[in-house]
Amino acid sequence: MADKPSGLVQGTLDMLILKTLELEARHGYGIAVRIEQISKGVFQVNPGSLFPAFRRLERAGWLKSEWRDTENNRRAKYYLLTAQGRKQLKGETREWARQAAAIARILEAES
Amino acid sequence: MSLLRNLVGGLRGLSRKRQVEHEMDEELRGYLDAAVSEKMRRGMSRDEALRAARIEMGGAESVKEQIRAVSWESVIETLWQDLKFGLRLLRFNTSFAAAAILSLALGIGANTAIFQLLDAVRLRTLPVKKPQELARIAIDHRKSASGHFTSRYSDLTYAMWQQIRSQQQGFSNIFAWGPTHFNTSPAGEVHNVNGLWVSGGFFQTLGVEPALGSLLLPSDDEQECASAGAILSYSYWQREYGGQRDVIGRKLTISRHPLPITGVAAPDFYGVEVGRSFDVAVPLCTEPLIEGDDSQLKSRIGWWLAAMGRLKPGWTVERAAAQLRAISPGIFQAALPAEFNPANAKNFLQYKLGATAAGSGISDLRQQFEDPLWLLLALAGLVLLIASANLANLLLARASAREKEMGMRMAMGASRARLMRQLLAESLLLAAIGAAFSALLARNVSQVLATSLSTQHDPLFFDIGMDWRVLGFTTALAVLTCILFGVAPALHATSLAPSAVLKETGRGATQGRSRFGLRRILVVSQIALSLTLLVGALLFARSLNNLVKLDPGFRRDGILVADIDFTARHLPKEGRVAFSDELLRRVRAIPGVEAASTAAIVPLSGDGIGRDVLMGDTGESEGDDHVAAFNYVSPGFFDTLQTSFLAGRDFDEHDRTGARNAAIVNETFLKKFAAGKDPLAMTFRVRRMNHTSAPYQIIGMVRDTKYRELRDELGPIVYTARAQNENPATDAQILIRSRAPLASLLSAIKTMASQADPDTDITFSSFHQMIDDGLLRDRLMARLSGFFGVLAALLAAIGLYGVISYMVERRRNEIGIRMALGAGQQSIIRLVLRETGLLLAIGLVTGVALALATAKTAASMLFDLKPTDVLTYLLAALSLSAVAALASFLPARRAARLDPMVALRNE
Repeated sequence: MADKPSGLVQGTLDMLILKTLELEARHGYGIAVRIEQISKGVFQVNPGSLFPAFRRLERAGWLKSEWRDTENNRRAKYYLLTAQGRKQLKGETREWARQAAAIARILEAES
Repeated sequence: MSLLRNLVGGLRGLSRKRQVEHEMDEELRGYLDAAVSEKMRRGMSRDEALRAARIEMGGAESVKEQIRAVSWESVIETLWQDLKFGLRLLRFNTSFAAAAILSLALGIGANTAIFQLLDAVRLRTLPVKKPQELARIAIDHRKSASGHFTSRYSDLTYAMWQQIRSQQQGFSNIFAWGPTHFNTSPAGEVHNVNGLWVSGGFFQTLGVEPALGSLLLPSDDEQECASAGAILSYSYWQREYGGQRDVIGRKLTISRHPLPITGVAAPDFYGVEVGRSFDVAVPLCTEPLIEGDDSQLKSRIGWWLAAMGRLKPGWTVERAAAQLRAISPGIFQAALPAEFNPANAKNFLQYKLGATAAGSGISDLRQQFEDPLWLLLALAGLVLLIASANLANLLLARASAREKEMGMRMAMGASRARLMRQLLAESLLLAAIGAAFSALLARNVSQVLATSLSTQHDPLFFDIGMDWRVLGFTTALAVLTCILFGVAPALHATSLAPSAVLKETGRGATQGRSRFGLRRILVVSQIALSLTLLVGALLFARSLNNLVKLDPGFRRDGILVADIDFTARHLPKEGRVAFSDELLRRVRAIPGVEAASTAAIVPLSGDGIGRDVLMGDTGESEGDDHVAAFNYVSPGFFDTLQTSFLAGRDFDEHDRTGARNAAIVNETFLKKFAAGKDPLAMTFRVRRMNHTSAPYQIIGMVRDTKYRELRDELGPIVYTARAQNENPATDAQILIRSRAPLASLLSAIKTMASQADPDTDITFSSFHQMIDDGLLRDRLMARLSGFFGVLAALLAAIGLYGVISYMVERRRNEIGIRMALGAGQQSIIRLVLRETGLLLAIGLVTGVALALATAKTAASMLFDLKPTDVLTYLLAALSLSAVAALASFLPARRAARLDPMVALRNE
């Protein structure tokens, strides 16, 4: 389980990205690192799926972006949650918790 | 909301593409930098870190591609890129592009042209208000009728029209009309225009507004022609009067009767007859005035009108037809002609009126040309199919040339769908350019076709143009052909594993049996379809040839018909024969005239008179079928047309009124009515509507001749002396056989006629031309199907040439080895031609089967030729084989001239 993640469903990645941005704006690499850190290395997201997700979320109106200087004094594109994105994150989190609980109940009943 | 943002974002992406791309680059570079410094922080060397980060990220290009794929604008963008790329490829392959576009333009153009004509003749609705509410009123299933038929649409008599007008209930408005010719020349040579007799409701029912003056009203019918005037069509007004606004009130001469011009109809209105536009319309009530003694309105046996109505709101055609059926007995009882004998009357009283939808107008051309046009459309469709097969073949050849490119792009990460999209975009580009050219071509071709249906005496008018139906048809064809020729090559080009393609050197990977098999199948189907088209072309050509070469029983060439009309003299019946004899005498005196005579019916003019014949002096006939064709001729008729006598003598000056009725009959008359008897001892009587004539003595028998049309079977014909006709006409149709040059002959006749009486009208026509005009449809079919056949054979030859060349190229090594081992040029050529022979044989067999199955549809259009005519099939197969042999001999010779060393070194 320490290795690469097996099925990261589409909606999940979006939710994880929104979650990492809940407290502060981050750039692309920051988001990738943050997801890896929080999941303790279970989820490693590669740019090939990360950047298309940014574009998708931006188009959906959940993210916005701006260019800022990084801590190393370089310019990077920072992503921020919009109010709509915050609402979306809340909804998705609630839905996820509900589903996860339900799945857990089913799995427990089985054994 | 998010849709709008998506739209805005997409448009921004499209309009500021460079900036968006630039930002994307910068962001990815930043990501990479961050990853590298992170890894270096963990202790990797710079190079190691860079390498690891790059591996993690994958190709920057493919990431960018994935980002782009998220947004909708990228679809448009890649399409645009594909089209640009496709266009560039076409520019680099001009010969390929030219061949492809030309064959598509020809194929689609031919289809569109014929469809345009069909659209104009059959599908389009009349340019009037709510055409779908219009219905034509006529007798249902009228098999036979007695009387005088003088119009193309002899649906009704005037008495019937009056009854229908007062008794019908299903129509809010109703009118009667009849097409005719009006002579608008005040004197001398006739100048005919297309005329209409119309009842007062004509313009109002159709909802046509005046462009100038006023049009007729239904109330005009009741006023006994008090306000009778002529209505001009807009185009006639423009043509003849230059659109002058002061024409209202000016006099227009119609058959020497001046009528005031009262109005001009709206610009786009051409009448209710598709294919013919009217010039002048006059009220029905002026007919007795203009036609005089020949008036149909006064006669209860004159069939000259057709009727149309506009349905009342809520009424269907069926309901209106049912109402008409219900009132039919009363109408026909009231309109029964007094002249009818009991048999005629019984038939007449059984008629039932009906109604049919007439929103797309009325046309006798449909009957004549609809089937041929559908058939031509099918033939043109076959040509397009062959052209598509050809193109598919060319594209397959190109696909094998480009397989390296495809393999390379797939290896670099392009998806198969992406490549297919690009290949299909190229095909679509070809199809679109081809279709655009075809639209230009079609316009001209259909115009030429439409004019070729017109003759001097029957000018046709077609409203040909682009409407949504034609546009849709052409677009559908373009898309269809694109799919037909584009999909298979695209599938093939992208079906190879990239590693397999790139590994191969020298020889391509497309030598697989299956791929080449597809190209062979395409060529075989091309050959089969071309054979079908060639068979069709030859059938029509041979049928036309049969008609042209047919001996009609008389001479076709060098005969002029001059119709001299002396109605204006108002001669009594006795005077008419004398005057026409005088005209004939003067014509015969013109230098260069070898023979001349008059005839009531000019053979093969399409006119005819049929009458019942009773053999013997007394008694009733046995059996039903005693109809014979009649003609009233002057002495010298048979000499003029060079029809030979088999027995007896010609008419002479003794056969006049008062003398015993004399008749000359043809062979078939004798065979049918008095087989085996001596014709010169026979007599017969003629049954008219209400009496039976005095006996006729047969004085001569002539060869069989054609009567109305070349296509008709030989039938019994009776010639009687013009001088003994009970009701001589007020014109003389003079047939003149002459050696004099046409121009001087025409002017001599004009001078002669005006000397005899300045008040005569003359119409000239060439006998030969008239017969040719009767073969219009046959000539059209022969020409067009011939054109399609040649085109198809040409396309098939190109296809075959391509495939054989390809095969030679593919087998270069093998051929080189064979030659190195001592095979001669002959045997190499034989090797290549064997391949052709196989393809040809399969194609021909399939083609013959296809042609046999489809040729039946043309059976009714062929003259004296079966659709299974063996010689035609042989000729078609032979000519196609010759073309095929030529097309494959060139690559075969090239193969035979290969230098074995060069061929082998190539490996």
